[in-house]
Amino acid sequence: MSNAKPRIKVPKTASKDEVITIKTLISHEMESGQRKDKDGNTIPRKIINRFTCTFNGQEVFSCDLDPAIAANPYFEFSAKVPESGTFTFEWVDDDGSVYSDKAEIEVS
Amino acid sequence: LAVVAGRAGSAHAAVDDTEKAIQDFTGGKSPETGRIRLTAPEIAENGNTVPISVDVESPMTAEDYVASVLILADGNPNPDVATLHFTPMSGSATATTRMRLAKTQNVIAVAKMSDGSVFMDKKEVKVTIGGCGG
Repeated sequence: MSNAKPRIKVPKTASKDEVITIKTLISHEMESGQRKDKDGNTIPRKIINRFTCTFNGQEVFSCDLDPAIAANPYFEFSAKVPESGTFTFEWVDDDGSVYSDKAEIEVS
Repeated sequence: LAVVAGRAGSAHAAVDDTEKAIQDFTGGKSPETGRIRLTAPEIAENGNTVPISVDVESPMTAEDYVASVLILADGNPNPDVATLHFTPMSGSATATTRMRLAKTQNVIAVAKMSDGSVFMDKKEVKVTIGGCGG
């Protein structure tokens, strides 16, 4: 799905080793594979099956998603960073597409 | 959505499937209570998007942290919901997401610590309108 649009919310600044909150949302229908169309045919599953958040290349948080995750997957989680750097967010679709976004944080 | 789907006719997850998923995750260990708190609404009007949060007590250091949290729903067609993976850089083992619930059922969260110990919490959520694609 080419119109999957990620939205992320990361503080611009933090103090060293402060635990910050990150919020992410991506538009995606998360077709569960459980639904049927009007002719009774099962609509094939097509979901985002993996989400990862890394900081300067190190994993912070990740998730394996099953079809029971609601449409437009939302995640709120924490991070503790020792220095200024870049968060990278990646969502992997069943069809192999990878949607990504980045955010910078300044740590003092 | 343009197409209104018909009822998903498949059977919902048996409690056995849920039990098996827990056993697979813990490597056969029986989870203890405590340390993990699952927050979910008592009543969800719309089963298509039910907010849930998990919060696990842990120092989240390189030596002692929460590795993963398995989330299950025992009344869905498939009990798996998600597996969350934390690291010491998470700072705190807490996360919120939104899930689908086909009907009134138990939501279960099992935390696996870096030392292999496992903890579980469970909440019943009453669902007014199911989110089973039906």
